[in-house]
Amino acid sequence: MIVPFDAGPALAGGALIGLAAVVLMIADGKVAGISGIVAGLLRRPDDGTGWRLAFLAGLLAGVPLVTAALGHAPHVRIAASLPVLALAGLLVGYGTRLGSGCTSGHGVCGLGRLSPRSIAAVLTFLATAILTVTMVRHVIGTVS
Amino acid sequence: MKVLLAAASGLLFGCGLALSGMVDPARVLGFLDPFGRWDPTLAFVLGGAVAVSGCGTLIRRRMRRPLLGGRFDLPATRPIDARLISGAAIFGVGWGLAGLCPGPAVADISLGLRGVLVFVAAMLAGMWVHRVTTRPARASGEAVTGVAS
Repeated sequence: MIVPFDAGPALAGGALIGLAAVVLMIADGKVAGISGIVAGLLRRPDDGTGWRLAFLAGLLAGVPLVTAALGHAPHVRIAASLPVLALAGLLVGYGTRLGSGCTSGHGVCGLGRLSPRSIAAVLTFLATAILTVTMVRHVIGTVS
Repeated sequence: MKVLLAAASGLLFGCGLALSGMVDPARVLGFLDPFGRWDPTLAFVLGGAVAVSGCGTLIRRRMRRPLLGGRFDLPATRPIDARLISGAAIFGVGWGLAGLCPGPAVADISLGLRGVLVFVAAMLAGMWVHRVTTRPARASGEAVTGVAS
């Protein structure tokens, strides 16, 4: 069964995300990979600190801007408990560093370059994410 | 100028996430649940993003350097190795548990939800754990010796 969804905003929002990546690459030669940008700030400040902070500030301002424009905040529904979110955050932080990227760096930017590494990474994290959700919702969920 | 441009790019990115519904972990988890009530939204978002990013690649290949100077800072071409696959696999498990990946997690900070803040703090901790447990890359041997933290 497929839930009701709206392809228009999804495609338009996706195009904006792609545009963000293109702007950063064409103008300044940088990859818009969020995990890499965040991790770059955990190092000693260098000449890349300024643009990284500015990018994240812009990213943070996106939700308030869209809220003001639409007149209502976008839905943000979090079902997981705090301990699960803490575990998930640890895995996401560690895994994206070990695997050199996340949904933005490997997904949006890497797939746009047809990078074999990024294609392999995207297929891998999609597979383990689907496996995890399936386990949580349909396997563990049915026994407890 | 570079800082303003990066802020504009981040803002576009954040608006795109908010407009497309990808700031909502419930929607992301819906996509990752093809055996339940499947939500195809993420496929359209990623499709739209990759289509535009692919056009950017075609433009970039015709350019010698970025508009603001410097050089294109592209990841070095390396083979697909165990680190890449195991890292992506670990990331996917975390993504599937929470429905959050780094972009939406940062974008959602402004809402002040406790769950998001816990996730982001743990994500930073995970990145830090990786850094302190990983030997400096073999790529640039002597340059990294003795540089603690």
